[in-house]
Amino acid sequence: MEKVIEFVIRLCGISAVIFVFAIFGFVFWEGKGLLLGGEFDFWKFLTTKEWYPASESNPRFGVLALITGTASVTVLAMVIAVPFGLGAAIFISEFCGPRLREGLKITIELLAAIPSVVWGFIGLTIMNELIMKLFDAPIGLNVLNGAIILALMSVPIIVSISEDALKAVPDSYREAATGLGVTRWQMVYRVLLPAAKNGLLAAVLLGIGRAVGETMAVLMATGHAVNIPFDSEFPFFHTLDSVRTLTATIAAELGETARGSEHYQILFVVGILLFSITFAVNLTADLVVKGIKDK
Amino acid sequence: MSDPEQRNASRFTQTNLVRKKLFCEKIAQFVIFLMTMAMVLPLLLIVGYLIYKASPALSLDFLFDLPRRGMRDGGIWPALLGTVYLVVVSLIIAAPIGVLAAVYLNEYAKENWFTRIINLAVINLAGVPSIVHALFGLGAFVLFAGIGRSILAASLTLAVMTLPVIIASTKEALSAVPMAFREACWNMGVSRWKTIRSVVLPNSISGILTGIILQVSRAAGETAPIMFTGAVFYKAIEKGDVFAYGLLDQCMALAMHLFTISTQVPNVDEAIPFATAVVLLGTVLVVNAAAIVLRIIIRTHKKW
Repeated sequence: MEKVIEFVIRLCGISAVIFVFAIFGFVFWEGKGLLLGGEFDFWKFLTTKEWYPASESNPRFGVLALITGTASVTVLAMVIAVPFGLGAAIFISEFCGPRLREGLKITIELLAAIPSVVWGFIGLTIMNELIMKLFDAPIGLNVLNGAIILALMSVPIIVSISEDALKAVPDSYREAATGLGVTRWQMVYRVLLPAAKNGLLAAVLLGIGRAVGETMAVLMATGHAVNIPFDSEFPFFHTLDSVRTLTATIAAELGETARGSEHYQILFVVGILLFSITFAVNLTADLVVKGIKDK
Repeated sequence: MSDPEQRNASRFTQTNLVRKKLFCEKIAQFVIFLMTMAMVLPLLLIVGYLIYKASPALSLDFLFDLPRRGMRDGGIWPALLGTVYLVVVSLIIAAPIGVLAAVYLNEYAKENWFTRIINLAVINLAGVPSIVHALFGLGAFVLFAGIGRSILAASLTLAVMTLPVIIASTKEALSAVPMAFREACWNMGVSRWKTIRSVVLPNSISGILTGIILQVSRAAGETAPIMFTGAVFYKAIEKGDVFAYGLLDQCMALAMHLFTISTQVPNVDEAIPFATAVVLLGTVLVVNAAAIVLRIIIRTHKKW
C-alpha cells in the first residue's frame, strides 16, 4: 500500500515536467504538418510583414508585424513598469513601517489578481476614452493603451520579486552603511541596489515574460491592426498606432479556422514561437536567480 | 544628552554636503512614495469607476436572470453557473495532483539535478502564455483525447494552467512544518507516508487551503484557455437551474461572457458589460481577500 502511494506521489511530482513537455509536444504536433512540410520557410516567416493567412489565392504568413507589435507593447510597458515597480519595492522594503507595508503588499496582491479580461475591458472603455481626450487621438486603442494596461498587470510581479531580492540582502550590509552615516536613500542607491541587482534583473525578466504572454488584455486594448509602429519619420516610435500581438492573433483567429488547414497550423507555429520566447525568458530569470544563490 | 552638546552636534552635521544629502533623501522618499501611490490609486479609481458605471444594471436579479435580446438585456446566470462548474471541476483535478506534487518536492525529493529540473518545469509552467495553454488544451484534450469541446476539456486545461499556484503555496506550507515534528514521528517507527498523512498535512492544512483558494480565483478569471476548449458565446438553460450543465456539455463562462458582450455584440446597453465586469472582479477579489484573511489567521494562531 505504502509503495503504491509513494508511486502516485512521485508521479504527481514529475507531473509539471510531463505537462511542460506535453504542451510543447501537442502544440508542435498540430503545427508540424506545415512546419515540416518542406515548403515552409522559417526565416521568411520571421522576417516578412505580410500576414494574410486567410487569403484564398495567395496566403502569406509573415509575423514580423506581429512580433514588433508584441515587442513595442512589451518594451513600452516595461519602460513604465520597471521604474514604478522598483520604486514601490524600495519603498515597501526600506522606507515604510510594518503596518503600511502589510497594507501595500495586500493591495499589490489584489492588483495581481484582477483577471486579464477585466484589464482588457478597462483598456477598451476607460483608457480608450482617456487617451482619445488627452492626446486628441482618433482612436484610443493603441500601443500606449496596451502598454499602460500591461504595465499595471506586470507591476505586481516586479514588485514582489524585487522586494524579495532586497530583503535577501544581509542586514550586515545595512548596518555597515548606517555606521558610515549615510542616509537611507544613499544606502539604497549605493549598497542595496548593487547587491540585489541579479534579483532585480530576474524581476524585470519575469515582468517581460508576463507581458509577452498576456492575451486578452492586449487583444482588447491594442486596436488589433497588423501594423509596425516604427518608421523613419519623427518620433520613429508611434505609440498612438494600433498594433496586433502574437498572442492576440491566435486568440482572434483560431476560432475561424478549420482543423488541419494551413491557417490553423500557422497559428500553432506562432504558439510554438511564443512558447519558446517565454521559455527562454523564464529560464534566464531562473538562472540569474540561481546565480546569486550559488555565490 | 545636554543641550549645548546637541547644538554642537547639529553644527557639526550641517555642512553643505550633509544638507545636500538630507535634501536628496527627502526628494527620494517623496518620489518613491508617489510611485507607490501611483500603483495603489489606479486600483481604487478603477474599481470605483467600474462600480459607478455598473450601478444602473447591478441587482440581485442581474445575477440570476437569463441574458435576453441577444445578450443586450437580462442577466448573467448561465455564465455565472458555467464559471462555477469550470472552477469546481478544475479544482477537483488540480488540487490532488498539485498537493501531492508539493509533497514529493518537499518531503521526498533529494537535492539533485532532477529536482532542479522539476522546479524549473513548475516555474516554466507558470510562465507559459495562457493562449498557448489554450492551444495545448485544444490539441491534447479536445482533439487527441477526443473529449470534444466541453466543460471537462476546459477544466483540464485550466487545471494544468493553475497547477503551479497550488504547488507553490502547498510547498511553502509544508516547509513551514518544523523538521522536529517529522523526526518525532519517525522515531516512533512510523513510515514516511503515515508521517506525512498524520503529522505534516494536518499541520499545514490552512496553508494548503490558501493555495487552493488562489487557484479558484485564477481559474475563475481566465478567458483564453477556455475560449477554444469548452466555453461558448451562448447556451440556453433554464432560469435558476443549478444542474443545467453536464460534464461533456459546453457552457458559458463569466470571463468569456464579458469578452463577448464588450467586443462582439453591437449596441449593448453600456451598464451591462460594466456590471458583468464588476461581478467578475468582485468574485475574484473576494476570493483573494479570503485567502489573505486565512493567511493572517494562520500567522497569528501559529502553534509553534
